[in-house]
Amino acid sequence: MRKKLSKVLMKGNEAIGEGAVRAGCRYFFGYPITPQSELPHYLAKRLPEENGVYLQSESETSAINMVYGAAGAGSRVMTSSSGPGISLMQEGISYIAGAELPCVIVNMMRGGPGLGNIAPAQSDYLQAVKGGGHGDYFVVCIAPASVQEIIDFMYDAFDIADKYFTPVMVLADGILGQMMEPVEFKENQEMELPEKPWAANGKRGRESKNIINSLYIVPEDLEEHNFKLKDKYSIIEEKEQRWEEYYTEDAELVLTAFGTSARVCKAVVDKARQEGLAVGLIRPIMVWPFPQKAFDKVIHSAKQFLTVEMNTGQMVEDVKLAVAGRRPVYFTGRPGGMLPIANDIFEEVKKLMSGGAE
Amino acid sequence: MFQGILIAGFGGQGVLSTGQLLAYAGMLEDKHVAWIPSYGPEMRGGTANCGVTISDIPISSPVVTEPTVLIAMNRPSLEKFEPKIVQDGIALINSSLVDTEVQRDDIKSVYINANELAEEIGNSKIANNIILGALVEMTGVVSGESVVESLKKVLPPKRHNLIDINREALEKGKKLAEEARVKTAM
Repeated sequence: MRKKLSKVLMKGNEAIGEGAVRAGCRYFFGYPITPQSELPHYLAKRLPEENGVYLQSESETSAINMVYGAAGAGSRVMTSSSGPGISLMQEGISYIAGAELPCVIVNMMRGGPGLGNIAPAQSDYLQAVKGGGHGDYFVVCIAPASVQEIIDFMYDAFDIADKYFTPVMVLADGILGQMMEPVEFKENQEMELPEKPWAANGKRGRESKNIINSLYIVPEDLEEHNFKLKDKYSIIEEKEQRWEEYYTEDAELVLTAFGTSARVCKAVVDKARQEGLAVGLIRPIMVWPFPQKAFDKVIHSAKQFLTVEMNTGQMVEDVKLAVAGRRPVYFTGRPGGMLPIANDIFEEVKKLMSGGAE
Repeated sequence: MFQGILIAGFGGQGVLSTGQLLAYAGMLEDKHVAWIPSYGPEMRGGTANCGVTISDIPISSPVVTEPTVLIAMNRPSLEKFEPKIVQDGIALINSSLVDTEVQRDDIKSVYINANELAEEIGNSKIANNIILGALVEMTGVVSGESVVESLKKVLPPKRHNLIDINREALEKGKKLAEEARVKTAM
Protein backbone atom coordinates (compact mmCIF):
# COMPACT_ATOMS: atom_id res chain seq x y z
CA MET A 1 0.00 0.00 0.00
CA ARG A 2 1.13 3.51 -0.71
CA LYS A 3 1.04 5.52 2.51
CA LYS A 4 -0.37 9.01 2.46
CA LEU A 5 1.84 11.81 3.69
CA SER A 6 0.88 15.08 5.29
CA LYS A 7 -1.14 17.67 3.44
CA VAL A 8 0.19 20.63 1.50
CA LEU A 9 -1.69 23.52 -0.05
CA MET A 10 -1.12 23.51 -3.79
CA LYS A 11 -2.27 25.27 -6.92
CA GLY A 12 -3.88 23.01 -9.54
CA ASN A 13 -1.39 23.93 -12.26
CA GLU A 14 1.55 23.13 -10.02
CA ALA A 15 -0.13 19.92 -8.90
CA ILE A 16 -0.27 18.77 -12.53
CA GLY A 17 3.45 19.40 -12.80
CA GLU A 18 4.31 17.56 -9.60
CA GLY A 19 1.89 14.75 -10.40
CA ALA A 20 3.47 14.32 -13.83
CA VAL A 21 7.00 14.19 -12.42
CA ARG A 22 5.93 11.59 -9.87
CA ALA A 23 4.29 9.58 -12.66
CA GLY A 24 7.64 9.37 -14.41
CA CYS A 25 7.32 12.23 -16.88
CA ARG A 26 10.76 13.59 -17.67
CA TYR A 27 10.12 15.73 -20.75
CA PHE A 28 7.94 18.78 -21.16
CA PHE A 29 7.64 20.96 -24.23
CA GLY A 30 5.25 23.88 -24.22
CA TYR A 31 4.50 27.51 -24.71
CA PRO A 32 2.97 29.84 -22.09
CA ILE A 33 -0.70 30.76 -22.12
CA THR A 34 -3.09 31.79 -19.35
CA PRO A 35 -4.62 30.10 -17.36
CA GLN A 36 -2.00 27.33 -17.30
CA SER A 37 1.33 29.17 -17.26
CA GLU A 38 2.14 28.16 -13.67
CA LEU A 39 2.47 24.59 -14.96
CA PRO A 40 5.40 25.17 -17.36
CA HIS A 41 6.80 27.61 -14.80
CA TYR A 42 6.79 24.85 -12.19
CA LEU A 43 8.29 22.25 -14.50
CA ALA A 44 11.01 24.62 -15.69
CA LYS A 45 12.39 24.38 -12.18
CA ARG A 46 11.31 20.86 -11.28
CA LEU A 47 12.29 18.76 -14.31
CA PRO A 48 16.03 19.61 -14.25
CA GLU A 49 16.06 18.41 -10.61
CA GLU A 50 15.05 14.98 -11.94
CA ASN A 51 17.49 15.07 -14.85
CA GLY A 52 14.56 15.77 -17.13
CA VAL A 53 14.22 18.32 -19.89
CA TYR A 54 11.99 21.37 -19.88
CA LEU A 55 11.91 23.33 -23.10
CA GLN A 56 9.89 26.33 -24.09
CA SER A 57 9.30 26.04 -27.80
CA GLU A 58 8.71 28.86 -30.26
CA SER A 59 5.07 27.85 -30.74
CA GLU A 60 2.53 25.25 -29.77
CA THR A 61 2.89 23.59 -33.19
CA SER A 62 6.52 23.09 -32.44
CA ALA A 63 5.87 21.89 -28.88
CA ILE A 64 3.51 19.11 -29.93
CA ASN A 65 5.97 17.90 -32.55
CA MET A 66 8.69 17.76 -29.91
CA VAL A 67 6.25 15.66 -27.87
CA TYR A 68 5.80 13.43 -30.94
CA GLY A 69 9.57 12.96 -31.09
CA ALA A 70 10.07 12.23 -27.39
CA ALA A 71 7.09 9.85 -27.32
CA GLY A 72 8.51 8.07 -30.38
CA ALA A 73 11.79 7.67 -28.53
CA GLY A 74 9.89 5.94 -25.72
CA SER A 75 9.85 8.62 -23.01
CA ARG A 76 7.05 9.74 -20.76
CA VAL A 77 6.37 13.21 -22.14
CA MET A 78 3.80 15.92 -21.67
CA THR A 79 2.71 19.28 -23.01
CA SER A 80 0.09 21.71 -21.82
CA SER A 81 -1.81 24.68 -23.14
CA SER A 82 -5.23 26.29 -23.25
CA GLY A 83 -7.84 26.64 -26.03
CA PRO A 84 -6.00 28.61 -28.73
CA GLY A 85 -2.75 26.71 -28.16
CA ILE A 86 -4.52 23.35 -28.12
CA SER A 87 -6.06 24.20 -31.50
CA LEU A 88 -2.58 24.80 -32.88
CA MET A 89 -1.52 21.39 -31.55
CA GLN A 90 -4.32 19.44 -33.20
CA GLU A 91 -2.35 18.52 -36.32
CA GLY A 92 0.39 17.02 -34.16
CA ILE A 93 -2.08 15.23 -31.90
CA SER A 94 -3.61 13.60 -34.98
CA TYR A 95 -0.15 12.42 -36.10
CA ILE A 96 0.57 11.04 -32.61
CA ALA A 97 -2.76 9.21 -32.55
CA GLY A 98 -2.05 7.86 -36.05
CA ALA A 99 1.42 6.73 -35.08
CA GLU A 100 -0.02 5.21 -31.87
CA LEU A 101 2.27 6.91 -29.41
CA PRO A 102 1.67 7.54 -25.71
CA CYS A 103 1.79 11.10 -24.37
CA VAL A 104 -0.18 13.42 -22.12
CA ILE A 105 -1.67 16.75 -23.18
CA VAL A 106 -3.19 19.15 -20.66
CA ASN A 107 -5.90 21.57 -21.75
CA MET A 108 -6.69 24.12 -19.05
CA MET A 109 -9.75 25.48 -20.80
CA ARG A 110 -10.64 29.16 -21.15
CA GLY A 111 -13.37 31.11 -22.89
CA GLY A 112 -13.60 31.00 -26.72
CA PRO A 113 -13.93 31.01 -29.69
CA GLY A 114 -10.91 32.76 -31.13
CA LEU A 115 -8.85 34.54 -28.52
CA GLY A 116 -11.99 34.59 -26.36
CA ASN A 117 -10.70 35.39 -22.92
CA ILE A 118 -8.63 33.86 -20.16
CA ALA A 119 -11.47 33.13 -17.76
CA PRO A 120 -12.39 29.53 -16.86
CA ALA A 121 -14.66 27.66 -19.27
CA GLN A 122 -15.47 24.21 -20.62
CA SER A 123 -15.52 25.45 -24.16
CA ASP A 124 -13.33 22.76 -25.75
CA TYR A 125 -15.31 19.68 -24.70
CA LEU A 126 -16.40 18.66 -28.18
CA GLN A 127 -12.99 19.32 -29.67
CA ALA A 128 -11.42 17.14 -26.99
CA VAL A 129 -13.78 14.16 -27.04
CA LYS A 130 -14.35 13.94 -30.79
CA GLY A 131 -10.69 13.57 -31.69
CA GLY A 132 -9.89 17.22 -32.25
CA GLY A 133 -7.68 17.02 -35.31
CA HIS A 134 -8.15 15.48 -38.76
CA GLY A 135 -8.66 11.80 -39.39
CA ASP A 136 -10.53 9.00 -37.71
CA TYR A 137 -9.36 8.83 -34.10
CA PHE A 138 -10.12 9.50 -30.45
CA VAL A 139 -8.09 10.81 -27.56
CA VAL A 140 -8.68 9.49 -24.06
CA CYS A 141 -9.93 12.44 -21.99
CA ILE A 142 -9.81 12.59 -18.22
CA ALA A 143 -11.56 15.39 -16.35
CA PRO A 144 -10.50 16.06 -12.74
CA ALA A 145 -12.66 18.13 -10.39
CA SER A 146 -10.24 18.87 -7.56
CA VAL A 147 -6.55 19.49 -7.04
CA GLN A 148 -6.26 16.11 -5.29
CA GLU A 149 -7.79 14.39 -8.32
CA ILE A 150 -5.34 16.19 -10.56
CA ILE A 151 -2.47 14.57 -8.64
CA ASP A 152 -4.08 11.13 -8.60
CA PHE A 153 -5.12 11.22 -12.25
CA MET A 154 -1.66 12.13 -13.57
CA TYR A 155 -0.53 8.57 -12.77
CA ASP A 156 -3.58 7.19 -14.57
CA ALA A 157 -3.08 9.47 -17.57
CA PHE A 158 0.46 8.26 -18.22
CA ASP A 159 -0.42 4.62 -17.50
CA ILE A 160 -3.39 4.62 -19.87
CA ALA A 161 -1.31 6.35 -22.56
CA ASP A 162 1.32 3.61 -22.31
CA LYS A 163 -1.19 0.79 -22.05
CA TYR A 164 -3.14 1.72 -25.17
CA PHE A 165 -0.48 3.60 -27.18
CA THR A 166 -2.60 6.71 -27.29
CA PRO A 167 -2.48 10.40 -26.45
CA VAL A 168 -4.36 11.16 -23.23
CA MET A 169 -5.80 14.60 -22.61
CA VAL A 170 -6.31 16.04 -19.15
CA LEU A 171 -9.30 18.32 -19.63
CA ALA A 172 -9.80 20.92 -16.91
CA ASP A 173 -10.99 24.49 -16.65
CA GLY A 174 -9.08 27.57 -15.53
CA ILE A 175 -10.52 27.40 -12.03
CA LEU A 176 -8.94 24.03 -11.37
CA GLY A 177 -5.61 25.37 -12.60
CA GLN A 178 -5.73 28.54 -10.55
CA MET A 179 -7.22 27.34 -7.28
CA MET A 180 -5.31 26.08 -4.28
CA GLU A 181 -6.57 23.15 -2.26
CA PRO A 182 -5.01 20.80 0.28
CA VAL A 183 -3.47 17.73 -1.34
CA GLU A 184 -1.80 14.59 -0.12
CA PHE A 185 0.92 12.90 -2.09
CA LYS A 186 1.41 9.18 -1.98
CA GLU A 187 4.81 8.06 -0.87
CA ASN A 188 7.19 7.91 -3.79
CA GLN A 189 7.71 4.40 -5.00
CA GLU A 190 10.13 2.87 -7.42
CA MET A 191 7.98 2.83 -10.53
CA GLU A 192 8.27 0.16 -13.12
CA LEU A 193 7.64 1.77 -16.45
CA PRO A 194 6.68 -0.52 -19.31
CA GLU A 195 9.31 -1.66 -21.78
CA LYS A 196 9.02 0.04 -25.15
CA PRO A 197 10.78 -2.21 -27.66
CA TRP A 198 9.08 -0.35 -30.51
CA ALA A 199 10.75 2.98 -29.66
CA ALA A 200 12.81 4.74 -32.29
CA ASN A 201 15.78 5.19 -30.01
CA GLY A 202 18.57 3.65 -32.05
CA LYS A 203 18.92 0.11 -33.34
CA ARG A 204 20.31 -1.29 -30.04
CA GLY A 205 21.13 -4.67 -31.50
CA ARG A 206 17.71 -5.12 -33.08
CA GLU A 207 17.64 -6.82 -36.47
CA SER A 208 15.66 -4.06 -38.13
CA LYS A 209 15.29 -0.43 -37.22
CA ASN A 210 12.11 0.82 -35.60
CA ILE A 211 10.19 3.27 -37.72
CA ILE A 212 7.40 5.45 -36.42
CA ASN A 213 5.01 6.80 -38.98
CA SER A 214 1.40 7.78 -39.54
CA LEU A 215 1.57 7.40 -43.31
CA TYR A 216 -0.25 4.44 -44.92
CA ILE A 217 -0.25 5.34 -48.59
CA VAL A 218 -2.03 2.18 -49.79
CA PRO A 219 -5.77 2.38 -49.04
CA GLU A 220 -5.95 -1.31 -48.08
CA ASP A 221 -3.20 -0.73 -45.54
CA LEU A 222 -4.80 2.39 -44.10
CA GLU A 223 -8.16 0.67 -43.87
CA GLU A 224 -6.55 -2.11 -41.89
CA HIS A 225 -4.87 0.47 -39.67
CA ASN A 226 -8.17 2.32 -39.16
CA PHE A 227 -9.93 -0.90 -38.15
CA LYS A 228 -7.08 -1.69 -35.78
CA LEU A 229 -7.49 1.73 -34.16
CA LYS A 230 -11.25 1.17 -34.01
CA ASP A 231 -10.74 -2.15 -32.19
CA LYS A 232 -8.49 -0.40 -29.72
CA TYR A 233 -11.04 2.34 -29.11
CA SER A 234 -13.73 -0.28 -28.55
CA ILE A 235 -11.61 -1.93 -25.86
CA ILE A 236 -10.99 1.46 -24.23
CA GLU A 237 -14.72 2.22 -24.33
CA GLU A 238 -15.45 -1.11 -22.66
CA LYS A 239 -12.75 -0.98 -20.00
CA GLU A 240 -11.98 2.62 -19.17
CA GLN A 241 -15.33 4.32 -18.53
CA ARG A 242 -15.08 6.16 -15.24
CA TRP A 243 -17.58 8.27 -13.39
CA GLU A 244 -18.74 9.31 -9.94
CA GLU A 245 -22.30 8.75 -8.78
CA TYR A 246 -23.76 11.12 -6.21
CA TYR A 247 -27.19 10.22 -4.81
CA THR A 248 -28.24 8.57 -8.07
CA GLU A 249 -29.83 5.34 -6.70
CA ASP A 250 -33.36 6.77 -6.44
CA ALA A 251 -32.86 10.00 -8.36
CA GLU A 252 -35.77 11.12 -10.51
CA LEU A 253 -33.79 13.99 -11.93
CA VAL A 254 -30.16 13.26 -12.74
CA LEU A 255 -27.77 16.14 -13.21
CA THR A 256 -24.73 15.55 -15.39
CA ALA A 257 -21.66 17.73 -15.14
CA PHE A 258 -17.86 17.42 -15.14
CA GLY A 259 -15.03 19.41 -13.58
CA THR A 260 -15.91 22.63 -11.78
CA SER A 261 -19.54 22.46 -12.96
CA ALA A 262 -19.85 19.13 -11.15
CA ARG A 263 -18.66 20.71 -7.91
CA VAL A 264 -21.41 23.30 -8.20
CA CYS A 265 -23.95 20.56 -9.02
CA LYS A 266 -23.06 18.63 -5.87
CA ALA A 267 -24.15 21.65 -3.86
CA VAL A 268 -27.40 21.63 -5.88
CA VAL A 269 -27.97 17.94 -5.08
CA ASP A 270 -27.34 18.61 -1.37
CA LYS A 271 -29.83 21.43 -1.38
CA ALA A 272 -32.43 19.41 -3.29
CA ARG A 273 -32.09 16.44 -0.96
CA GLN A 274 -32.56 18.74 2.04
CA GLU A 275 -35.85 19.77 0.49
CA GLY A 276 -36.83 16.18 -0.16
CA LEU A 277 -36.31 16.23 -3.93
CA ALA A 278 -34.89 13.05 -5.47
CA VAL A 279 -31.99 14.61 -7.36
CA GLY A 280 -28.63 13.00 -8.13
CA LEU A 281 -25.51 13.64 -10.15
CA ILE A 282 -23.49 11.66 -12.65
CA ARG A 283 -20.02 13.17 -12.91
CA PRO A 284 -18.10 11.76 -15.86
CA ILE A 285 -14.45 11.39 -14.81
CA MET A 286 -13.55 10.08 -18.22
CA VAL A 287 -15.30 12.24 -20.78
CA TRP A 288 -13.92 9.99 -23.54
CA PRO A 289 -14.77 7.18 -23.30
CA PHE A 290 -18.09 8.64 -22.14
CA PRO A 291 -19.63 6.73 -19.20
CA GLN A 292 -22.53 5.11 -21.03
CA LYS A 293 -22.77 2.49 -18.27
CA ALA A 294 -23.58 5.16 -15.67
CA PHE A 295 -26.68 6.17 -17.62
CA ASP A 296 -27.85 2.59 -18.21
CA LYS A 297 -27.60 2.08 -14.48
CA VAL A 298 -29.84 5.00 -13.47
CA ILE A 299 -32.33 4.88 -16.31
CA HIS A 300 -34.85 2.76 -14.29
CA SER A 301 -35.46 5.51 -11.74
CA ALA A 302 -34.47 8.61 -13.68
CA LYS A 303 -37.33 10.50 -15.26
CA GLN A 304 -35.27 13.31 -16.74
CA PHE A 305 -31.72 14.58 -17.11
CA LEU A 306 -30.25 18.06 -16.77
CA THR A 307 -26.76 18.72 -18.07
CA VAL A 308 -24.81 21.65 -16.63
CA GLU A 309 -21.75 23.02 -18.38
CA MET A 310 -19.57 26.11 -18.64
CA ASN A 311 -20.45 26.52 -22.33
CA THR A 312 -23.60 26.72 -24.44
CA GLY A 313 -24.18 22.97 -24.62
CA GLN A 314 -21.55 20.42 -25.66
CA MET A 315 -21.47 17.40 -23.36
CA VAL A 316 -25.26 17.43 -23.49
CA GLU A 317 -24.89 15.84 -26.95
CA ASP A 318 -23.12 12.85 -25.40
CA VAL A 319 -25.70 12.67 -22.62
CA LYS A 320 -28.41 12.51 -25.28
CA LEU A 321 -26.54 9.71 -27.06
CA ALA A 322 -26.18 7.83 -23.78
CA VAL A 323 -29.82 8.30 -22.80
CA ALA A 324 -30.75 7.39 -26.40
CA GLY A 325 -34.21 8.92 -26.37
CA ARG A 326 -35.34 6.98 -23.33
CA ARG A 327 -35.83 10.15 -21.24
CA PRO A 328 -35.82 13.88 -21.92
CA VAL A 329 -32.46 15.63 -21.58
CA TYR A 330 -32.25 19.34 -20.73
CA PHE A 331 -29.37 21.76 -20.60
CA THR A 332 -28.30 24.83 -18.68
CA GLY A 333 -24.92 26.50 -18.86
CA ARG A 334 -22.85 29.65 -18.52
CA PRO A 335 -20.32 30.36 -21.30
CA GLY A 336 -17.69 33.07 -21.69
CA GLY A 337 -15.86 32.55 -18.41
CA MET A 338 -18.94 32.76 -16.20
CA LEU A 339 -19.74 30.10 -13.63
CA PRO A 340 -23.01 28.27 -13.14
CA ILE A 341 -24.56 29.40 -9.84
CA ALA A 342 -25.97 26.72 -7.54
CA ASN A 343 -29.15 28.67 -6.79
CA ASP A 344 -29.89 29.21 -10.50
CA ILE A 345 -29.48 25.51 -11.23
CA PHE A 346 -31.66 24.64 -8.26
CA GLU A 347 -34.44 26.87 -9.61
CA GLU A 348 -34.14 25.05 -12.93
CA VAL A 349 -34.32 21.70 -11.13
CA LYS A 350 -37.46 22.73 -9.23
CA LYS A 351 -39.07 23.93 -12.44
CA LEU A 352 -38.33 20.65 -14.22
CA MET A 353 -39.51 18.53 -11.31
CA SER A 354 -42.80 20.36 -11.11
CA GLY A 355 -43.28 19.62 -14.79
CA GLY A 356 -42.72 23.18 -15.91
CA ALA A 357 -40.29 22.54 -18.73
CA GLU A 358 -42.76 21.75 -21.48
CA MET B 1 -19.47 26.51 9.52
CA PHE B 2 -18.99 28.23 6.19
CA GLN B 3 -17.06 31.38 5.42
CA GLY B 4 -16.48 32.80 1.97
CA ILE B 5 -13.88 35.48 2.43
CA LEU B 6 -12.94 38.00 -0.23
CA ILE B 7 -9.68 39.88 0.21
CA ALA B 8 -9.25 42.79 -2.18
CA GLY B 9 -6.81 45.63 -2.69
CA PHE B 10 -3.96 46.92 -4.86
CA GLY B 11 -1.39 44.50 -6.23
CA GLY B 12 1.49 44.50 -3.75
CA GLN B 13 -0.59 44.89 -0.60
CA GLY B 14 -0.21 41.23 0.24
CA VAL B 15 -3.77 40.42 -0.70
CA LEU B 16 -2.97 37.02 -2.23
CA SER B 17 -0.54 35.96 0.49
CA THR B 18 -2.97 36.95 3.25
CA GLY B 19 -5.50 34.68 1.62
CA GLN B 20 -2.99 31.85 1.42
CA LEU B 21 -2.16 32.29 5.08
CA LEU B 22 -5.82 31.97 5.98
CA ALA B 23 -6.34 28.95 3.73
CA TYR B 24 -3.28 27.26 5.18
CA ALA B 25 -4.56 27.84 8.71
CA GLY B 26 -7.88 26.24 7.78
CA MET B 27 -6.05 23.27 6.30
CA LEU B 28 -4.04 22.82 9.52
CA GLU B 29 -7.36 22.57 11.33
CA ASP B 30 -8.48 19.86 8.87
CA LYS B 31 -11.23 22.01 7.43
CA HIS B 32 -12.16 22.09 3.78
CA VAL B 33 -10.39 25.06 2.21
CA ALA B 34 -10.02 26.57 -1.24
CA TRP B 35 -8.13 29.64 -2.41
CA ILE B 36 -8.55 31.29 -5.78
CA PRO B 37 -7.03 34.48 -7.15
CA SER B 38 -8.59 36.87 -9.59
CA TYR B 39 -6.45 36.25 -12.63
CA GLY B 40 -7.89 38.61 -15.19
CA PRO B 41 -5.68 40.77 -17.41
CA GLU B 42 -4.30 42.53 -14.33
CA MET B 43 -1.70 45.26 -14.46
CA ARG B 44 0.79 46.74 -12.06
CA GLY B 45 -0.97 49.11 -9.68
CA GLY B 46 -4.32 47.58 -10.58
CA THR B 47 -6.65 45.73 -8.28
CA ALA B 48 -5.98 42.23 -7.01
CA ASN B 49 -8.25 39.97 -5.04
CA CYS B 50 -8.57 36.42 -3.88
CA GLY B 51 -11.34 34.31 -2.48
CA VAL B 52 -10.82 31.97 0.45
CA THR B 53 -13.48 29.46 1.38
CA ILE B 54 -13.27 27.62 4.70
CA SER B 55 -15.98 25.12 5.46
CA ASP B 56 -16.93 21.99 7.38
CA ILE B 57 -18.34 20.39 4.23
CA PRO B 58 -16.74 19.95 0.78
CA ILE B 59 -16.54 23.19 -1.17
CA SER B 60 -18.53 23.44 -4.38
CA SER B 61 -17.29 26.44 -6.33
CA PRO B 62 -14.15 28.06 -4.91
CA VAL B 63 -15.15 31.39 -6.43
CA VAL B 64 -16.49 33.74 -3.76
CA THR B 65 -19.35 35.57 -5.41
CA GLU B 66 -21.23 36.44 -2.21
CA PRO B 67 -18.67 36.97 0.53
CA THR B 68 -19.55 36.48 4.18
CA VAL B 69 -16.51 38.64 4.93
CA LEU B 70 -14.89 41.32 2.79
CA ILE B 71 -11.45 42.74 3.51
CA ALA B 72 -11.21 45.99 1.54
CA MET B 73 -7.62 47.18 1.51
CA ASN B 74 -8.43 50.16 -0.75
CA ARG B 75 -11.38 52.26 -1.87
CA PRO B 76 -12.05 50.68 -5.29
CA SER B 77 -12.32 47.29 -3.58
CA LEU B 78 -14.92 48.53 -1.13
CA GLU B 79 -16.94 50.19 -3.87
CA LYS B 80 -16.83 47.09 -6.06
CA PHE B 81 -17.58 44.42 -3.48
CA GLU B 82 -19.71 46.08 -0.78
CA PRO B 83 -22.96 45.31 -2.65
CA LYS B 84 -22.01 41.64 -2.87
CA ILE B 85 -21.56 40.96 0.85
CA VAL B 86 -24.24 38.67 2.30
CA GLN B 87 -26.75 40.07 4.75
CA ASP B 88 -25.30 40.20 8.29
CA GLY B 89 -21.86 39.77 6.73
CA ILE B 90 -18.73 41.62 7.76
CA ALA B 91 -16.75 44.37 6.05
CA LEU B 92 -13.23 44.98 7.34
CA ILE B 93 -11.97 48.23 5.93
CA ASN B 94 -8.45 49.59 5.74
CA SER B 95 -9.38 53.16 6.66
CA SER B 96 -5.81 54.31 5.95
CA LEU B 97 -6.65 54.10 2.26
CA VAL B 98 -10.44 54.21 2.27
CA ASP B 99 -11.89 57.65 3.02
CA THR B 100 -15.51 56.68 2.49
CA GLU B 101 -17.91 54.75 4.68
CA VAL B 102 -19.94 51.64 4.12
CA GLN B 103 -23.38 52.50 2.73
CA ARG B 104 -25.23 49.40 3.86
CA ASP B 105 -26.69 49.04 7.33
CA ASP B 106 -27.35 45.30 7.12
CA ILE B 107 -23.69 44.37 7.49
CA LYS B 108 -21.20 44.83 10.28
CA SER B 109 -18.34 47.18 9.38
CA VAL B 110 -15.06 47.67 11.19
CA TYR B 111 -12.59 50.37 10.19
CA ILE B 112 -8.91 49.84 10.92
CA ASN B 113 -6.22 52.35 9.94
CA ALA B 114 -3.92 49.46 9.19
CA ASN B 115 -1.13 51.31 7.36
CA GLU B 116 -0.49 53.74 10.23
CA LEU B 117 -0.73 50.97 12.81
CA ALA B 118 1.69 48.86 10.80
CA GLU B 119 4.18 51.74 10.68
CA GLU B 120 3.82 52.09 14.47
CA ILE B 121 4.62 48.42 14.95
CA GLY B 122 7.59 48.89 12.67
CA ASN B 123 6.91 47.44 9.22
CA SER B 124 4.49 48.87 6.67
CA LYS B 125 4.11 45.46 5.01
CA ILE B 126 2.17 43.91 7.88
CA ALA B 127 -0.95 46.07 7.47
CA ASN B 128 -2.84 43.13 5.95
CA ASN B 129 -2.15 40.92 8.93
CA ILE B 130 -3.52 43.49 11.38
CA ILE B 131 -6.81 43.19 9.52
CA LEU B 132 -6.47 39.41 9.34
CA GLY B 133 -6.11 39.38 13.13
CA ALA B 134 -9.41 41.22 13.42
CA LEU B 135 -11.07 38.79 11.00
CA VAL B 136 -9.93 35.77 13.00
CA GLU B 137 -11.23 37.34 16.23
CA MET B 138 -14.58 38.32 14.77
CA THR B 139 -15.37 35.12 12.88
CA GLY B 140 -13.47 32.41 14.74
CA VAL B 141 -13.08 30.79 11.32
CA VAL B 142 -9.64 29.55 12.41
CA SER B 143 -7.66 30.01 15.60
CA GLY B 144 -4.97 32.64 15.97
CA GLU B 145 -2.46 29.88 16.77
CA SER B 146 -3.16 28.19 13.44
CA VAL B 147 -2.45 31.44 11.61
CA VAL B 148 0.88 31.83 13.40
CA GLU B 149 1.67 28.18 12.64
CA SER B 150 0.85 28.86 8.99
CA LEU B 151 3.28 31.77 8.88
CA LYS B 152 6.05 29.23 9.40
CA LYS B 153 4.85 27.29 6.36
CA VAL B 154 3.94 30.16 4.06
CA LEU B 155 7.00 32.35 4.67
CA PRO B 156 10.21 30.99 3.15
CA PRO B 157 12.80 30.07 5.84
CA LYS B 158 14.89 33.16 5.12
CA ARG B 159 11.89 35.31 6.08
CA HIS B 160 11.17 33.55 9.36
CA ASN B 161 12.68 36.54 11.16
CA LEU B 162 9.43 38.30 10.25
CA ILE B 163 7.22 35.87 12.15
CA ASP B 164 7.35 37.82 15.42
CA ILE B 165 6.34 41.13 13.90
CA ASN B 166 3.54 39.42 11.99
CA ARG B 167 2.36 37.83 15.20
CA GLU B 168 2.32 41.28 16.75
CA ALA B 169 0.22 42.53 13.84
CA LEU B 170 -2.28 39.70 14.28
CA GLU B 171 -2.49 40.47 18.02
CA LYS B 172 -3.09 44.14 17.31
CA GLY B 173 -5.97 43.29 14.99
CA LYS B 174 -7.43 40.91 17.54
CA LYS B 175 -7.39 43.62 20.19
CA LEU B 176 -9.04 46.14 17.88
CA ALA B 177 -11.81 43.67 17.08
CA GLU B 178 -12.38 43.02 20.77
CA GLU B 179 -12.62 46.77 21.40
CA ALA B 180 -15.01 47.18 18.48
CA ARG B 181 -17.17 44.44 19.95
CA VAL B 182 -17.22 46.14 23.38
CA LYS B 183 -18.26 49.38 21.69
CA THR B 184 -21.08 47.67 19.82
CA ALA B 185 -22.22 46.00 23.02
CA MET B 186 -22.53 49.37 24.75
